[in-house]
Amino acid sequence: MSAFLALLKRDLTLAVREGAALGTALGFYLVVVAMLPLGLGPDLKLLSRIAPGILWIALLLAALLSLARLFEADHEDGSLEVMATAPLPLELAVAAKALAHWISTGIPLALMAPVIGLMLNLDIALTPALIATMLAGTPAISFLGSVGAALTLNARRGGLLLALLVLPLYIPTLIFGISAIGFAGVAQHGFGASFLILLAISVASMAAAPVAAAAALRLQMS
Amino acid sequence: MLHLHADNLSVERGTRTVISGLSFAAKAGEPLLVVGPNGAGKTTLIRTIAGFIKPSAGTIALKGDVGDRDIGERCHYVGHLTGIKANLSAAENLAFWATFLDGGTHDAIRDRVEEALSLFGLGALADYPAGLLSAGQKRRLGLARLSVAGRPIWLLDEPTVSLDAASTELLARLIEEHLVGGGLVIAATHLPLGLEEPVYLRLGAQAAADPSAEEEQP
Repeated sequence: MSAFLALLKRDLTLAVREGAALGTALGFYLVVVAMLPLGLGPDLKLLSRIAPGILWIALLLAALLSLARLFEADHEDGSLEVMATAPLPLELAVAAKALAHWISTGIPLALMAPVIGLMLNLDIALTPALIATMLAGTPAISFLGSVGAALTLNARRGGLLLALLVLPLYIPTLIFGISAIGFAGVAQHGFGASFLILLAISVASMAAAPVAAAAALRLQMS
Repeated sequence: MLHLHADNLSVERGTRTVISGLSFAAKAGEPLLVVGPNGAGKTTLIRTIAGFIKPSAGTIALKGDVGDRDIGERCHYVGHLTGIKANLSAAENLAFWATFLDGGTHDAIRDRVEEALSLFGLGALADYPAGLLSAGQKRRLGLARLSVAGRPIWLLDEPTVSLDAASTELLARLIEEHLVGGGLVIAATHLPLGLEEPVYLRLGAQAAADPSAEEEQP
């Protein structure tokens, strides 16, 4: 357990010191959302209606930007090979790294969403539901993304391939995230069901994705 | 006593057979130096023992004092890359590996890290970002991992690259100490490392043709 926490702490320290990954992701999020009203015109009703969907899709793309680097630095400097010879199973090391990615990227993006949503005339009453669904859904983004990051580790220009591999896996998270926010405006019952499914998707990916990602990493190292 | 036996080992990289029909034994207390020209398969052999590469034929087995862990988890692998993060200080880098590879209380790890840093002559640079260290200092920091976490098997791939004479001597002394303590060392190298009575394992053209390519040199 101390090894798991040590890796989590190291990755979070590096995320804070390097800073660029989070800055790029947040900046990208802001720019994508800011461009939409310019493209769609100043129809406040339309913007308000599509705001949750836009925020979710932009969040997926922004998180994807930093996912490509998830294992790359450790692969380049040899840390990954040393980790593979540690008592801590590689699966748990992957989980620690994905968790660090969620904390350093997923949570800030989720918290930024309502603020950026103001540009889309997002209904203020939806803010709690938006943050809750994004916090519940973003672990799946980090963990499922870790599989793609591991698979594309040695691929040159792997970023686009990563998006191609991983974005389809995000569809369930997107569907239930949007539907939960949709229900939040109308009836509480629907929100609960969608929110729980969203949580279930995240929990399932936290359990399954590290196994797949670790297998992919072993393949990449051989 | 720890033994490592490789029996009729063959390893393929892509479509090329790099190692074919290789058998050797490494005993605790005897350094096994893997020598051979570039491309002879030294790195491949070290990585196969560490478990990164699956041999296409043959087996590698550990005998004597064997727990439930496989070779990979009982070895220190020091490859061409150092595993050093540029944005962490030298001490932070080492403390992370000490915790990750071995564990222990916070104070014990700090003591071990301080000791290892001063041993490798990096004591004054403990709080210095590792990215600003020279290539040789980074190498030393990478090797300091050997002394912060105890592992019975050391797999060293060209450990002396970019080390100065004094550091090479220090490494040789560490290896001797490890061997005296009942450890096992397998090193791929171009240099004799200044070790007493090493066992040589020659890889290369003849080794590929002759399966019993193990020979000792004075």
